[in-house]
Amino acid sequence: MAYFVEQLINGLTLGAIYGLIAIGYTMVYGIIGMINFAHGEIFMIGSFICLLSLMVLGLLGITWVPLALLLTLIIAMILTSMYGWTLERIAYRPLRGSPRLAALITAIGMSIFLQNYVQILQGARVRPMQPLISGGFEIMQSGDYIVSLSYLRLFIWVLTLVLMVAFTLIITRTALGRAQRACEQDRGMAALIGINVDKTISLTFVMGAALASVAGMMFLLSYGVIDFFIGFLAGIKAFTAAVLGGIGSLPGAMLGGLLIGLIEAFWSGYFTVEYKDVAAFAILVLVLIFRPTGLLGKPDIEKV
Amino acid sequence: MSTTGASMSDTAARPLDLPAVVKECGLTALVMFALAVGMVAFYTEDVPGGLEIATRFGAVVAVTLLGFFGRLAIVLLREGRPFPVLVVALPFTVLMLVALLSLNFFDAETAETLKNYLPVGDVVVNWIVVIMAGVFTLRAFWALRHTGASAKTVVDREKAMDNFAARVQRASRFIGPLLLGIAVVFPLLAFFPDSPFVPKVDRRLLDIAILVVTYVMLGWGLNIVVGLAGLLDLGYVAFYAVGAYSYALLATHYDLGFWVCLPFAGLMAATAGIILGFPVLRLRGDYLAIVTLGFGEMIRVILLNWYEFTNGPDGISGIPRPTFFGLPFSRSASDGGETFHGFFGLTYSPIDRIIFMYYVILALALITNLFTLRIRKLPIGRAWEALREDEIACRSLGMNPRNTKLTAFSIGAMFGGFAGSFFATRQGFISPESFTFVESAVILAVVVLGGFGSQIGVVLAAIILIGLPEFFRELQQYRMLAFGAAMVLIMIWRPSGLLAHREPTIRLWRERDGGPPEKTQAAEESA
Amino acid sequence: MSALRSERVDPNAPLLGVEHLTMRFGGLVAIDDVSFDAEDKKITAIIGPNGAGKTTVFNCLTGFYKPTVGRLTLNHPRKGPYLLERMEGYQIPQKAAVARTFQNIRLFSQMSVLENLIVAQHNKLMEASAFTFAGLFGLPRYRHAEAEAVELARYWLNRVGLEDRADWDAGNLPYGDQRRLEIARSMCTEPVLLCLDEPAAGLNPRESADLNRLLTFIRDEHNIGLLLIEHDMSVVMEISDHIVVLDYGRKISDGNPDEVRNDPAVIRAYLGEEEDEELPPEVAEDLASDKSDKR
Repeated sequence: MAYFVEQLINGLTLGAIYGLIAIGYTMVYGIIGMINFAHGEIFMIGSFICLLSLMVLGLLGITWVPLALLLTLIIAMILTSMYGWTLERIAYRPLRGSPRLAALITAIGMSIFLQNYVQILQGARVRPMQPLISGGFEIMQSGDYIVSLSYLRLFIWVLTLVLMVAFTLIITRTALGRAQRACEQDRGMAALIGINVDKTISLTFVMGAALASVAGMMFLLSYGVIDFFIGFLAGIKAFTAAVLGGIGSLPGAMLGGLLIGLIEAFWSGYFTVEYKDVAAFAILVLVLIFRPTGLLGKPDIEKV
Repeated sequence: MSTTGASMSDTAARPLDLPAVVKECGLTALVMFALAVGMVAFYTEDVPGGLEIATRFGAVVAVTLLGFFGRLAIVLLREGRPFPVLVVALPFTVLMLVALLSLNFFDAETAETLKNYLPVGDVVVNWIVVIMAGVFTLRAFWALRHTGASAKTVVDREKAMDNFAARVQRASRFIGPLLLGIAVVFPLLAFFPDSPFVPKVDRRLLDIAILVVTYVMLGWGLNIVVGLAGLLDLGYVAFYAVGAYSYALLATHYDLGFWVCLPFAGLMAATAGIILGFPVLRLRGDYLAIVTLGFGEMIRVILLNWYEFTNGPDGISGIPRPTFFGLPFSRSASDGGETFHGFFGLTYSPIDRIIFMYYVILALALITNLFTLRIRKLPIGRAWEALREDEIACRSLGMNPRNTKLTAFSIGAMFGGFAGSFFATRQGFISPESFTFVESAVILAVVVLGGFGSQIGVVLAAIILIGLPEFFRELQQYRMLAFGAAMVLIMIWRPSGLLAHREPTIRLWRERDGGPPEKTQAAEESA
Repeated sequence: MSALRSERVDPNAPLLGVEHLTMRFGGLVAIDDVSFDAEDKKITAIIGPNGAGKTTVFNCLTGFYKPTVGRLTLNHPRKGPYLLERMEGYQIPQKAAVARTFQNIRLFSQMSVLENLIVAQHNKLMEASAFTFAGLFGLPRYRHAEAEAVELARYWLNRVGLEDRADWDAGNLPYGDQRRLEIARSMCTEPVLLCLDEPAAGLNPRESADLNRLLTFIRDEHNIGLLLIEHDMSVVMEISDHIVVLDYGRKISDGNPDEVRNDPAVIRAYLGEEEDEELPPEVAEDLASDKSDKR
């Protein structure tokens, strides 16, 4: 039971990270119908920026953890968003309206580019970081086995929850959210009624990148090591989450993220750690074959 | 870099709106600054006991300025004012070129010191800057020469590129045999190492040639799937791996030779293609791509973790080399039999084996090519192309889309398997390391750059993408960076690939006597 | 395959029998219990206002949709009856020889005109090439089959006046030619029933007249049945032997052109509710209750 609870905690944390990345995939897919394969790389850049920012802040003498985290969060969101924005502006915008496969190849090209860009600028070695948030509550004990809920996990959950609420409000209550939903339905019509489609799409990428950078920070804090390659697997798993939840659906992305996180945690806990990535890929394949609309997605009738 | 250069026509007379220009360039500079602050300004260095932060503020300034002036050049060209661009870009280009080239004339130490005075970071980055400045110079020059000439539209450009690709394809009737002749003859030059009249062919060059031809073969194999059938396969390396492991396991466990295993390896890869393809080939294009990527990674993870069968991350070593009709290329045959050099009464030379390897892969690649050229003209090949164009129409004509796709997928896989078993026998050692997604991406880049369905394009792309970085070691670090950038630029510039051009596989009218001459397609289009 | 065949063999059965066809998408009823027949060597037109469900009928017939309810029987004159609703989409043209064209033209636009027609003969050629093996080695049997395929293509190219442009990319043809090429391509599958989805859409009057000639030629010389969706009444009234009128997914009229032309229900469907007061009161009442049913 204790072991189960521990895996549950692990899974929910992992799920929060995947969910935040998955939102970026699902929003972009919803609005321009492309798989932004480079989104995993944006997440990776976000986590690098967090690492650098924490270190620079430390150098500047800001060592009070809550303040350092808050500042890092803001810096990372801004700077990572710039990467998301630039990505869309130079690589994707010229390809609007071209075949899906061309857009996907571009995205793969950008993903390879960004990976190597970071490798060249930041080195290929794994970057470790001292744990910033330590300690936690003891919530369960069975024999010698103590399950604790660390403050870090709690921080990640609360942050995810706050972001989700804020994000839902943006999508449902603001003009930007309305513009976004309009573009999703019909871009041509949205442009005709005076919505700045380019700006809306740009902002979609900006929001996706900002959320990915937060996920990057969570990843950095909970694993303590990052390298230029983390975006690939995390990206694919988050994409799986988006597909599982139903691509295009925002609550679906978060739900899918949590499910993927839980599946991965329990799989590693009860079966084999080695094959945990296979589990994620297998889910991706199975969902696409048997339920391509995912759990919360809308069905897509073939037009002839 | 930017796409704003779409129209540089009809604006020559308009006065420059200076504040707007400054704002536009300033914004670009600001974006570049922000990007640089994120990734360039700081980096971490390993020190005993953790990490230390290090800075590169100079590069940030350089990047910001480059952003400003680069955008300014684009704006000026767009607004029809090429003169100032030329005045600035030309001297800059020349100066930088002189500086970069002169580095080669100093001894290593002085060159290192001098490199510190280059405006941005690494030598290669400086080259990129020079190339950009050079492009601006040329465009400015072009604009000055052709004042008033309107810029080409996308359609014009596409037509011009297609004409160019068509010309290349027509020329490939002569270039093809020529290249083939060179490919066949050049390893033999290795037998004249000391002659002053022949270019030096040594082991390193042969190794590079083998590598290039391997990628040509992989490119041609993938082109069946991507170029003809239009199925984006991001897990092609999986079949390469299946072929390699099939041969390696058969050879090391059952002592079977390369030539016996080769068809079997191809068969295994094709079977893997059918098994993986069957459930997923009805998926839409982009989903299919992601699923194939997933399969590729799954196979790699399985190879990595199934210790008893694949020996896990340690890989399989001691894979036997191919023989020449049973004659090994070793100094002495292990079981007291005849060796290649012994049988032919030659002196033993290790390069014999390399040359033999080269011919093996060349033959395999040529078989792939001939097969592709032939099958394009058969019903199944036409069906693949038709499926790429419109699956719904194919269904309405009574074609079974799934089976047709499956044949393309498994035939492409089969050639991947052949190439894989060659890879295993050449290396003598394989491990899951060699079969990552990056490998699939490299093969895809060869196909994308060469042009979907263009056989000669794949050859040229493989030479450029695989051969060049092998020769210029300093480029190695930037190789994948350039691959990624090239894929993006080509998709923006010409999504069908640089040299893609399609000739009909069957004609009603022969090309020469052109049917009713006044009604050929080209004539009507130009009219 | 026997499961696809219906047990009853009736020499007098119509070429195509549609019985109680119903198609629902979620809550939306696109076709509601429609039955009609299409005869051999006749042109049957399906007409109706926009959204009446005409294309959905076609999509059910050609296997793109699986009907919710209904039986679609095709009596192949030589091979006997087929139950279309039980067949895979691609088997319908392959085995039951039902060909179709599309409302928005679907050619293989990067392939040449001739190649489009050769691809249409895919199944025949696949067999001749012994599923590629004979073809790979250039056996005479395949070369012969390919030459025959080219001859059939040439015949149809000649029919639709595209022989000169056989080697063009199909996508470079003008619109009207693309329409006719699509018909030629369907005919190259050698169908017994040809379904045409708005073949006259976007054609000018001259092209439209050419089309009429082409369709009557196909009916009279090739002795097959044609099923036609069309908005252009000049085409419909001139060449149809039999007209089925759909409105809101229901069949409202069925008969020869003269009967349909004078059917008040048809007039109402086309001219709308403004005409209500001019209708006989009992019909108007019917109509009103009809409308409220649908809501």
